[in-house]
Amino acid sequence: MKLWRFNGGLPSLAEHKNESVHLPIETAPVPKQLIYPLGQHIGSPAKPLVKVGDKVLRGQKIANAQGAISAPIHAGSSGTVVSIADHLIPHPSGFSAPSITIQTDGQDNSIEFKPQPDFRQLPATELVQLIRDAGLVGLGGAAFPTAVKLNTQNKVTPIDTLILNGAECEPYISCDDRLLKERAHHVVEGIEILLYITGAKRAILAVEDNIPDTFTSIQQAVAQNGNGAICAVQIPTIYPTGGEKQLIQTLTGKEVPSGNIPADIGIVSTNVGTVYAVQQAIIEGKPLTSRIITVTGEGVKKPHNLEVRIGTPINALIDVCQGYTKHADRLIMGGPMMGFALLNDEIPIVKATNCILVASQQEVITEKQAMPCIRCGLCASACPVSLMPQQLYWYSQSDQLEKAEKLNLFDCIECGCCDVVCPSHIPLVQHFRYAKSALKVQKHEKHLSNIARERFEAREKRIAREKAERAERARKKKAALQKKPAKEEIEAAVSRSKAKKTPLEEKD
Amino acid sequence: MSSLILIILFAALGILLGYVAIRFKVEGDPLVDKIDAVLPQTQCGQCNFPGCRPYAQAIANGEADINQCPPGGEAGIAALADLLGVDPKPLNEENGVEKATMVAVIDEETCIGCKLCIQACPVDAILGAPKHMHTVIEAECTGCELCLPPCPVECITMEPVTQTLNLWQWDKPDASPQKKDAP
Repeated sequence: MKLWRFNGGLPSLAEHKNESVHLPIETAPVPKQLIYPLGQHIGSPAKPLVKVGDKVLRGQKIANAQGAISAPIHAGSSGTVVSIADHLIPHPSGFSAPSITIQTDGQDNSIEFKPQPDFRQLPATELVQLIRDAGLVGLGGAAFPTAVKLNTQNKVTPIDTLILNGAECEPYISCDDRLLKERAHHVVEGIEILLYITGAKRAILAVEDNIPDTFTSIQQAVAQNGNGAICAVQIPTIYPTGGEKQLIQTLTGKEVPSGNIPADIGIVSTNVGTVYAVQQAIIEGKPLTSRIITVTGEGVKKPHNLEVRIGTPINALIDVCQGYTKHADRLIMGGPMMGFALLNDEIPIVKATNCILVASQQEVITEKQAMPCIRCGLCASACPVSLMPQQLYWYSQSDQLEKAEKLNLFDCIECGCCDVVCPSHIPLVQHFRYAKSALKVQKHEKHLSNIARERFEAREKRIAREKAERAERARKKKAALQKKPAKEEIEAAVSRSKAKKTPLEEKD
Repeated sequence: MSSLILIILFAALGILLGYVAIRFKVEGDPLVDKIDAVLPQTQCGQCNFPGCRPYAQAIANGEADINQCPPGGEAGIAALADLLGVDPKPLNEENGVEKATMVAVIDEETCIGCKLCIQACPVDAILGAPKHMHTVIEAECTGCELCLPPCPVECITMEPVTQTLNLWQWDKPDASPQKKDAP
């Protein structure tokens, strides 16, 4: 199969997969508490269906999707709801957000699942509904509701290609690798479901060429399945080839236009973990309550992959990995390139969490003193989106944000390639993250000030109208008075009273 | 001969210009709109004009300076200076000081329903009826503080806007060592 090459990238980034990839996936035990932030997906937060004190079972829906782009949340084990309140969430801000906390009872009783092994008996729309009800979101890290992605009914371009993203380019992370090695036939079954739903002609399962034995197990699973539409492909290991748009370019040669989504060019792309979850949701009838994550880094004693219940606090997983080593320095959610630091280990695993990196001091990218930009252009040649980081940096640090936006700042995928190659150690991605968030706030403020202007002008108009109406009323009254000449009226009144008085006087 | 051609040419162009001036007359003052678009629309009146648009009008007429808007702050002054091609200057302290946006909150227990704050609100963001409790529509409140003085029972307080995840901002990295490089 012909492959293409996206711009830049880092072909020789240290992979650090060996630390965690050799041990099989271990199922983590039920923790004492499960914590579910209500907004752990893109879109509106879920709405709680339970109250404090309610008993719940594994697989029971505890919060429902709200609005078109949203996803429900299911309990990962049986127990009692102990609080629905703010809890620290995995987010770079370190904010707390509304979360449901369940005290588990250790019984792990579940609801009855409704398997659909003959999924072809059901129409695609019904399968999409099942996927929505199972709370599926993209498990690669973006957490976009899968049902919304698969709902291709309103789309103009028919879906031609399905891309299954097994290119785990971020260093340290090996959960998709382990999943494909151990459960490839489940993933292939999931691909069949997605092919049926989207009506795509072909499905390409792509993995990097640094995992040959996993590729062999995938090939075996594909051959056993015998579906000619599915093919497995090895692609060169170049960070960030696992980025959605980069992978699409590598496999098809097509670029997703700025501001568009892959569906606009007839492609649906999903992470292999999500495909596995689709298989579990349809064939087994199980909602999304667990996922595979990598716990790794020099800071844990036994780095390996775990199948964990979503909602498990990180400290419970560290215990499964036999605790922290004395090198543990920083807790990072995601990989070293695109992850973010966490405040503490009481934060729960959410649907989007694919890795907990307990980094030692050496592993954290050393914060060298930034030097002036020498405009060497290395960042531009490394940028996989073909942006000009040096120029974006210039505008971001001088707060000329509109100019940065004009240079397509929002197309930056924050992969960190520019940071790595910069000889002046400028934290470029930090600048871009700042500029993006500041632009968002500015746009919001502009929106608010437009509303305020409209309301102010409407009020001014109303006051002017009321004043005019009052003046009009006063004028009418005056006019009415002037029309009946007062003199005549007075004279008439005087004569009337005279007429009344005279007979009286006569009587006297 | 040549002077005749010139006279005819000038006359023709003069007629054309006159026609264009009437045919394509611009309604309103586009400069006022542009200035108004830069102003924060708090409608607080701290600039000594009854709202942002009157202030914009005054700037356009040359009756007001560009440094009289505390909610716009230094950034607002810089934007105005940029728009009008003049030098930015520090905020006039007589008009007030720049501070973070707040929203008004009515203590609904204490409110006596006098309607005075409703009349004072420049953006109609307060809801209520006579002798009934009033409340501020938080999303519409500009934080102008105009409702504070009229309240006879002092039940309105200014509170900071609650931060949401969507509008959370990353810290700006310290770029101080880069001050000397040029684009």
